[in-house]
Amino acid sequence: MPDQLIFGMEVFLNGLMAGVLYALVALGFVLIFKASGIFNFAQGVMALFAALTLVGIMEGEVPFSHLINAVFGTDVHNFGWTVPALLAILLTMAVMVLLAWLVNKLIFRHLVNQEPIILFMATIGLAYFLEGFGDMMWGSNIKKMDVGLPQGINDWIDAATFDIFGYGFFIDNLDIVATVVAALLVVALIIFAQYTKQGRAMRAVADDHQAALSVGISLSFIWVMVWSLAGFVALVAGIMWGTKSGVQFSLSLIALKALPVLMLGGFTSIPGAIVGGLIIGVGEKLFEFTIGPMVGGATENWFAYVLALIFLVFRPQGLFGEKIIERV
Amino acid sequence: MKLKLITAAVAVLMAAGPAMADLTFSILSYRTGPYAPNGIPLADGQADYFTLINERDGGINGEKINVVECETGYNTEKGVECYEATKGEGVLVYNPYSTGMAYQLIPKVTADGIPLHTLGYGRTSAKNGKVFSNVFNYPANYWDGASHAVSHILDVNGGDISGKTIALVYHNSAYGKEPIRTLEELAKKHGYNLTLLPVDHPGQEQKSQWLQIRREKPDYVLMWGWGVMNQVAIQEAANIRFPMENFIGIWWSASENDVQPAGDASDGYKALALHNVGDDYPLYEDLQKYVVDAGKAAGAGDQLGTVLYNRGLYTAMLSVEAARTAQKIHGTNAITPAMMRDGMEALEMTEAKMAGLGLPGFGPEFKVSCENHGGNGFGAVSQWDANAGKWSLITDYVQSDQDIIGPLILEDSAAYAAEAGITQGCN
Repeated sequence: MPDQLIFGMEVFLNGLMAGVLYALVALGFVLIFKASGIFNFAQGVMALFAALTLVGIMEGEVPFSHLINAVFGTDVHNFGWTVPALLAILLTMAVMVLLAWLVNKLIFRHLVNQEPIILFMATIGLAYFLEGFGDMMWGSNIKKMDVGLPQGINDWIDAATFDIFGYGFFIDNLDIVATVVAALLVVALIIFAQYTKQGRAMRAVADDHQAALSVGISLSFIWVMVWSLAGFVALVAGIMWGTKSGVQFSLSLIALKALPVLMLGGFTSIPGAIVGGLIIGVGEKLFEFTIGPMVGGATENWFAYVLALIFLVFRPQGLFGEKIIERV
Repeated sequence: MKLKLITAAVAVLMAAGPAMADLTFSILSYRTGPYAPNGIPLADGQADYFTLINERDGGINGEKINVVECETGYNTEKGVECYEATKGEGVLVYNPYSTGMAYQLIPKVTADGIPLHTLGYGRTSAKNGKVFSNVFNYPANYWDGASHAVSHILDVNGGDISGKTIALVYHNSAYGKEPIRTLEELAKKHGYNLTLLPVDHPGQEQKSQWLQIRREKPDYVLMWGWGVMNQVAIQEAANIRFPMENFIGIWWSASENDVQPAGDASDGYKALALHNVGDDYPLYEDLQKYVVDAGKAAGAGDQLGTVLYNRGLYTAMLSVEAARTAQKIHGTNAITPAMMRDGMEALEMTEAKMAGLGLPGFGPEFKVSCENHGGNGFGAVSQWDANAGKWSLITDYVQSDQDIIGPLILEDSAAYAAEAGITQGCN
């Protein structure tokens, strides 16, 4: 088999893995848009905030320590304990639920029935607030995310592919974990949406929130629930991306990677986010591998958007999005 | 009577004006945003040094230092706004710590007669003072850095690297592309092969580049990165088990922030250094006594001894020494930005001077002149010890290949002079 084909297969597999990581971010957008029609600009910052909170809790950091020290002249930074990863994840989830409740109580409850652009602008404000709030709460230094996830080349795949092709493929253990987690997450979300009372209520609100209200579904509860779910997805994305690069404020920029995925997969489909992520991941990696060297490289950022635009031209609602039919 | 009192008070204040005129230094900081982890120690280091000079020495030859800090968020437009908003306060020198801002400020500072110091960043050819009268980039620039990296590779290979492959992983921006021309010229001279691997901003996803490195197996990888790109690159290098001792970053890929997220996997990573590392200097005792213990440390006071804090400290120290030189040249302690420029152009840093300041061996010796605003091009190589959690210099300061870099500087600066309509020359 020609070397280029073998290398191309490795690139393809790594593209799939990268796509899963993009899809993890896109899922949070989909959940909120599906239930409330809000394009949540703050989803990337929520991933950052969740990751910051998780590391802060694990390390036993005192929240707002800089502020406390500045106001009271103290010198407190750490509680002096560490928290196991699993417990810290649960506590972080509780923080994200509280955040979801506050966001709805203080912002979106007052914006029901407003134009989508108003809701979108509210999420822009939320994003910048949350970024500054996270900075004040946990500091802006880069933190190591260590919840025990494996990283580095998978030796088994390396050896197995070497035996077959004479060249060992590189697959990152973290990417394999991310793939498993994303698969479980999607299955769980689909089961939740299809087979639970709250899930059906969520779909009802998504279809027509006024009709849902008329049959006694609490809009407020559903929005808090959906924002909490999006917070959970953000936490998972924050853990995966934070393990790759450390937890830092650039983490919020991962939202940029989710946009072409949403354009391609549709804003309302959970499977669409996954399939969209995989297509974008594979597409950009293969393009970089084949065409990149001819045009000077660094094609991935823009090519993802080109790919999404091509799909948009033919399917404006995305691959799995609901077709918009306006009847006269 | 009331009117007379007011008039008298105003007269007293006006008369007191010149005596109260402090020497104003700016800190264009980025304590917020994605680059805050780097911006905070840079700003703290500068602020603490200025505080030390005020608290310990009563200022520079009796003239107190007034620090004007302006938050840029590492945003070029905001940086320019900060410059416009603060230049009227008599700022003696600007150090924006951003190549993008530096490029925007070059024509402005030249028109306004204010010096700009871009320590190890900015426009490399600003070294030619005959073209860039108000811009200084001592002690070394990006092209020096490229040469330092190749010199180190030559050293560890017994002086022969013909046939070897060096890959450059770089931020796909003007900053990241800076070393390419120099590395190409050095490749012609030393016979190595150069592979270029651009990474798009911000650099969170670099799988393609590192898969290519794994396939092509270059002997060495150089990195011109910034921010999250550095942390991801070091982690990816560890993932593919690239030997860390063969991975060399520029001095902007050389802080604790860059290596700590990868943990033990970053052990052995090398980076270029413009100045020394750590806090084992007599000056730090004074910093502790007059600044930290006195509760006057900038920020949270938790950055002392880090690489970027030391860079901020070094920047401020060079500014203060240039101000002293300007005071001496002009025979007045109340210097203006134009006088400061003269001081920077006559600055000479010797080991004796640095030792006298409590910073022995902290930086290379260099001398600035009208023709040479960039120093003598000396730099060193540092290496990260993950177990000890610290950087160490592993080489002496060595000079870059001036035979290669000198003509490139002249060529690029001449092109700028032609474009900007500048007549080359020294005052």
